[in-house]
Amino acid sequence: MAYIELSGVTKRFGKVAAVNRLDLSIEQGECVAMLGPSGCGKTTTLRMVAGFEDLDDGEIRVGDRVISSKKKHFYLPPENRNFGMVFQAFAVWPHMSVFENVAFPLRIRKLPREEIQARAEEALKHTNLWSVAEGSPDDLSGGGKQRVALARALAIRPDVMLLDEPLSSLDPHFREEMRFEIKDLQRRFHHSILYVTHDQSEAMALSDRILVMKGGVVQQVGSPLEIYGAPANRFVFEFIGLSSFLQVALRDGRMEVAGASYAPPAPPPPELAAAGGAWLAARPNEIAFSTEGGVSGTVERKAYLGEVIDYRVRVGEAEVRVQKTRREPGPEVGETCGLIFARPRWYPLEG
Amino acid sequence: MTTAVPAAQPRFGTAQILLALSVAILVIVVAVPVLLIFFNAFWVQGQFNVVDVIKVLSQHETYQALLNSLILASGVTVTGTIVGTFFAWLVTRTDLPFKGTMKVLFLVPFMLPSFIGALAWKMLLSPRSGYINRLFMDLLGLDGPVFDIYTYGGIILVETMYLFPFVFIQVAGALERMDPTLEESARISGADLFTITRKITIPLVMPSILSGSLLIMLYSMAHFGTVAVLGIEVGIYNIPTLIYEKIHQSAGSFASIRTGTVLASVLVVTAAFIMWLQNKVLARGKYQIIAGKSFRPSELKLRGLRVPMLLFCIAYIGFTIVLPTVTIFMVGGLRTYGLPFTAENMTLDNYKFILFDWQLTRDAIWNSVSLGFSAALITMTAGVIISYVIVKMKVRGKGILEFLGMLPFSVPGSVIALGVILAWSGKFGVNIYNTVWIILVAYIARYMAFSLKANSAALEQVHDSLVEAARASGATMWQALKDIVVPLVRPGMLAAFFLIFLPALRELTVSVLLYGPTTRTIGVAIYTLNEDGETVYSAALAGIALIIIVFGESVIKRLFKVGRKG
Ligand SMILES: Nc1ncnc2c1ncn2[C@@H]1O[C@H](COP(=O)(O)OP(=O)(O)O)[C@@H](O)[C@H]1O
Ligand SMILES: [Mg+2]
Repeated sequence: MAYIELSGVTKRFGKVAAVNRLDLSIEQGECVAMLGPSGCGKTTTLRMVAGFEDLDDGEIRVGDRVISSKKKHFYLPPENRNFGMVFQAFAVWPHMSVFENVAFPLRIRKLPREEIQARAEEALKHTNLWSVAEGSPDDLSGGGKQRVALARALAIRPDVMLLDEPLSSLDPHFREEMRFEIKDLQRRFHHSILYVTHDQSEAMALSDRILVMKGGVVQQVGSPLEIYGAPANRFVFEFIGLSSFLQVALRDGRMEVAGASYAPPAPPPPELAAAGGAWLAARPNEIAFSTEGGVSGTVERKAYLGEVIDYRVRVGEAEVRVQKTRREPGPEVGETCGLIFARPRWYPLEG
Repeated sequence: MTTAVPAAQPRFGTAQILLALSVAILVIVVAVPVLLIFFNAFWVQGQFNVVDVIKVLSQHETYQALLNSLILASGVTVTGTIVGTFFAWLVTRTDLPFKGTMKVLFLVPFMLPSFIGALAWKMLLSPRSGYINRLFMDLLGLDGPVFDIYTYGGIILVETMYLFPFVFIQVAGALERMDPTLEESARISGADLFTITRKITIPLVMPSILSGSLLIMLYSMAHFGTVAVLGIEVGIYNIPTLIYEKIHQSAGSFASIRTGTVLASVLVVTAAFIMWLQNKVLARGKYQIIAGKSFRPSELKLRGLRVPMLLFCIAYIGFTIVLPTVTIFMVGGLRTYGLPFTAENMTLDNYKFILFDWQLTRDAIWNSVSLGFSAALITMTAGVIISYVIVKMKVRGKGILEFLGMLPFSVPGSVIALGVILAWSGKFGVNIYNTVWIILVAYIARYMAFSLKANSAALEQVHDSLVEAARASGATMWQALKDIVVPLVRPGMLAAFFLIFLPALRELTVSVLLYGPTTRTIGVAIYTLNEDGETVYSAALAGIALIIIVFGESVIKRLFKVGRKG
């Protein structure tokens, strides 16, 4: 059985559902990333798991305990959940030293002095903070502060770790470093982690599974590979990685784009064929140029981005983005070319 | 402000001229009076004399006044801090009903002049004739008052009612801006709300609490009105009231002026010390607790206490704001003071008389309005110039100006009044004593701090690059000033104007030391009428003052709301 289980979890602010009937289960030692644009309800979900928000519907369980339940009117207070949480804005206490920050939850638990000392030391050493333990967290960089928050959460040996965009307040180059550190710590301690982020590469790098959310509704749950390789809908496709879309009409086994008719690169699903139109989606590096055949377009812009060359190709009203490596041959600006969709995916027009 | 701004030196001289002008204004208006006070206190018969100062200080009367100032200020600071912090917490961190309205109401005492409040409380709680005391004596057959307002406790209570917003405003602001995840992370660490309040919340807002309490202390130390109304009668003097007594009773004799200057020196030094302490507290306690993106402070559920707490707040507001205000208007409408409030004893004639018929009160209203307006206009203008030099210009010798600019903040009203008496009574060839001009000069000095604060805050918002962009687009220095800087700082200037105009309308501390036969201000008229036993006229004028003040405040609120939208 899953270790953490959210079933039918719903939260409304006024009339709007910030989170709508969310189901999710997380195994012991698994890291699940919740991914979605700003305002989609990620923080709200995390706060419900932490116990800061009541539920408008549904239930949350950890192990065999119910911790939040609308029906039973039961909410275990956050302070009794034994969760570790890391916030986007660090939330380290500036009036305490780094050491005191980490020792605080242990003191609250009234552990013996030696144990507090030992556990805080351990957590600080794991996060490379031991040398600055006596200093003020205000003297640390963003990355340093976030490590304090991480050490503080680790020190209590939490049942579950909740992280709310822990890296998005950091400078880009710290981000990558911290990402590895978090992954490292997770491997070592085998926490169950719910990790909130709006950055798809962070989610890919860190998590065992990804939950993609939009407007409070789950769009897809799956491994990073599944999410990237087989996005469930147009939104997920667009949110994960670069994307190009073409709106096509489907008629009699052929597809029409900008007044021209082509053989589709792969047969579209029958229900879309029946609907008469679809989005043809592809990653820019999965589109090839050809001199004969393919969807015809005109190169409008060509930008050198170092190793890759970024093309914008106009096809009727639409603009298709194509990326090729520097070494591959390609058309020049103003030239017409054919576009071959190597790995086409089809999505319904509405949605 | 990190790079040199070529814009600031359009031509040789402009910067220097502005600097010199700024220094001159501050020297003449603030520095000279303060220096004259020190000079008179410490320089006796051609030599520096400390022994004499100590002798003055050890006279029973002066010593007692110093002690009283300390007792009263400490008492008010403690009670005001507790009350202010409690209400701030209540309106920001709990689910108290009508929190927003309550928050606005708790700021109302800031608007009300405390000496008018003191007057009301005297009418309600003076030992023999106070309405509440008489009511209880009749009702319960007591032969003594329930509460005697003419005591240390009474004065502290009344001052607390009007000064607690200093702490309230600072702490409520800090609690609102504070990142709620600081508390939430303590909660998830296992701490209950009580522990969080004790270990996280209070330590984090401590700088704001302390800074607010120091403001209360500073204000109470130098406060004239309440002590004058409630203390003098029973011989409780603090520093400002003793200065007033000395200057007034002995008609400017040398000995009394000296006592005054010694007391004023103590006041300046104390005030400067408190200011210094406050800056230190603020600088040291600049924790980075400002909220990031998260915007939801966790609210403590009061549950069963919700309604009782609301009732408590309403009772507090009713008792400290509504009751005194109603009392003022009711007494102002009595035919004779002391009559019961029955329909046949009430009349509007008092109001009509002081508004239209009585020269003394009509003069007072006119004086206050014209003085307030001119002082606000002049001080605002001077403040813009000085702030501009301090905040924006790179010019040698600015350090002096920065130092001088600090002065107005730590010079209490009675000190300024005494200083301008010393400076402008003919000693230096100008004698404007007993005219409105001396009051005007004193007002300018008194309110310079407000103007500097509002204007430099506005100017700091105007980033240098805005001016540089204008210059790069071809504007001259003056065009850039006119088209970019002035429109951007206009709200600051407007704020400065009203920050001066409104308090000046009800000013008492300064004008009570400077008024002459025809130069009473509203505050002075209310105060002296009360002293002379004209209680109903005093109350009626106080009522009119309250109307003007409330009207003025609401006009400003409107104005700024419109300004922000537009
Ligand atoms: N306390 C609140 N009151 C009203 N609306 C809220 C509150 N908290 C969140 N919301 C709304 O709920 C939605 C989801 O917010 P949030 O969970 O913070 O999104 P995310 O973390 O994914 O950016 C947003 O539209 C936000 O405006
Ligand atoms: Mg969020």
